Amino acid sequence: MRYLSNVTTLEFFPEKCTGCFRCIEVCPHQVFIMNGKKAAIDDRDLCMECGACMINCAFGAISVNAGVGCASAIINGMITGGEPSCDCSSGSTSSCC
Amino acid sequence: MEEPRVKKRVRIGDIRKQTSCCASSVEMEQEPLFYQESSCCPPKKAPETSASNFVPPIVQTVSTDWLIDDYLGQIRCRVSSYRNSYIVTPGLYAVGRPDNGSDVFASANYKLSFDILRSSLKGMNAWVIVLDTKGINVWCAAGKRTFGTDELIRRISDAHLDKVVSHKRIILPQLGAPGIAAHVVSKKTGFRVYYGPVHAKDIPAYIASGYNATKEMRTVRFTWLDRLVLTPMEMIPALKKFPVYALFVLLIFGLQPSGIFFREAAVNGWPFLLLGLLSVFSGAFLTPLSLPFVPSRAFAVKGWIVGFIFVLLAQGILRITDKSLLAFIYLFFPLLSSYIALQFTGSTAFTGMSGVKKELRYALPVYKAAAAISFLLLVISRLGQWGIL
Ligand code: SF4
Ligand code: SF4
Repeated sequence: MRYLSNVTTLEFFPEKCTGCFRCIEVCPHQVFIMNGKKAAIDDRDLCMECGACMINCAFGAISVNAGVGCASAIINGMITGGEPSCDCSSGSTSSCC
Repeated sequence: MEEPRVKKRVRIGDIRKQTSCCASSVEMEQEPLFYQESSCCPPKKAPETSASNFVPPIVQTVSTDWLIDDYLGQIRCRVSSYRNSYIVTPGLYAVGRPDNGSDVFASANYKLSFDILRSSLKGMNAWVIVLDTKGINVWCAAGKRTFGTDELIRRISDAHLDKVVSHKRIILPQLGAPGIAAHVVSKKTGFRVYYGPVHAKDIPAYIASGYNATKEMRTVRFTWLDRLVLTPMEMIPALKKFPVYALFVLLIFGLQPSGIFFREAAVNGWPFLLLGLLSVFSGAFLTPLSLPFVPSRAFAVKGWIVGFIFVLLAQGILRITDKSLLAFIYLFFPLLSSYIALQFTGSTAFTGMSGVKKELRYALPVYKAAAAISFLLLVISRLGQWGIL
C-alpha cells in the first residue's frame, strides 16, 4: 500500500554518510538501500516520516520533519495551535508490539 | 506439580499479589528473585551462582505463557478505553532463569506490548527492561519520545544492567527506533543497541540467525487482519457520537409548525438514521478493510467512494423523492464516510504527517462547506413540506 507521492520531507546528504547501515536497519518501509559504501534513498514515497532514520544517524546525514500521520492529531494541533499530538494513547498499529 | 498453579495466580505487573504467599515485597527484593519462579517462596539462601554478591533489582519473574486474564485484557484493550490503564510496573524483569549471559530486551509498559514480548520468548531465559511509556505501546510511545533515549539510559542504569549481564547487547523492538538515538545510548551506557524484528514473534529466528533481522522482519506490513483488529476502535468513537446526530435528525423531522411530533420524527427520520449508520460502517469499517482495493491514495477520497456506493444502494431501497433531500443525502453521507475514513490515517502504518496535512488542506474546507449546504438543504426541504416555500 502506498500513500500520497511527493509529500515527504525526507532529505539525505550523501557527503555526511559513512555507510554505517543504521538507517537501513531502522526504516520500517525500506526507504534506504546501500549503494556501494554509502546509503541511498531507494523509494522516497514509501517514507512515513517516523524519524527513525534521522535520530539514529550519528552523522547527521538525514533530515526529516518527523511527526504523526494522524488526521485527528493534526486537527487537534490546528485547533490548539500547537504541535500535532495524538490523544489516541495506545491506539495505533496493532502490528507493533 | 502443585507449585505452578500458585505461580499462575500471580498477575503480572501486580507486585502486591505476588507477595501474598511470602514475606513483604521489600524483603523479597533482597532475595534472588529470579529463582522464585520455581517455588512459591524464594529460597532462604541465595544460591552461589554469580561470582559477586550482586542481586539484580528485578520487579518480577514472569512466565512466557498467557493466562485467561491476559487474553481477556487483550480483547478489552482492542475494543475499549481499558487499554489506557493496562500497564505494568517499569523496571527489570526476568523471563525463565536468566544469567549474566542472557539477552536483554526492552519493552514498553503497556501491558499488551509486554505480554506479546514475553510470550514470544518461550523456552528462553532472558531479561526484559520495561520503560515507563505511560502505558502506551512501543510505536506510539517512540513517536512521543517516551520510549526514548533518556528513559532507556535511565532504566539501564537503574537496573545496573552492566552488573546484571556481562555482555553489551540490548535488543530493542525496531518500531521503537523513532524514539531512540542508538549512538547516544552507546556513548552514555556502553550498551550497543540492536534493533530486533518489527514483530516479536520473529525474535527466536532473529536470535538463531545471530542477531540478524532479515529485510522481511524489518518491514512493516499492514495486512487485512491488522486492519480488522483496528476497526472496533474506529467504529466505537463514531458510534458514541451517533446519539447526538440521531437527536438532531429526529428533531428536524419531528418539527412541525404546530410543535414536535414523535410519529413524524420516526416515520420521516428513520431513513436518515439508517444512512448515518451506514456511513459510519462505510468510513470506519469497510474503507479501512478494503484500503488496497478502493481507488485513490487519499483516504478522504477512498472514504467518499465507499460512502457514495452505500448511499446509491440505500437509495435503491429508500426511494427518496424530495429533491432537496435527495441532494442532501448524496452530498452529506459520502462526505461523512470520507471524514471518518480520514481518521483511520492515525491507525495505519504507512501514512506520514505531510501527506495527511495535504489531505486536510483540501478536505477540511470541503467538509465545512458541505456541512453548511447540507443544513440549508434540510431546512429547504422542511419548509417545502410545511408548504411555506
Ligand atoms: S545512518 Fe547515516 S551514516 Fe549510517 S548509513 Fe544511514 S545515512 Fe549513512
Ligand atoms: S522517516 Fe521513517 S519511514 Fe521515512 S525514511 Fe526515515 S525511517 Fe524510513
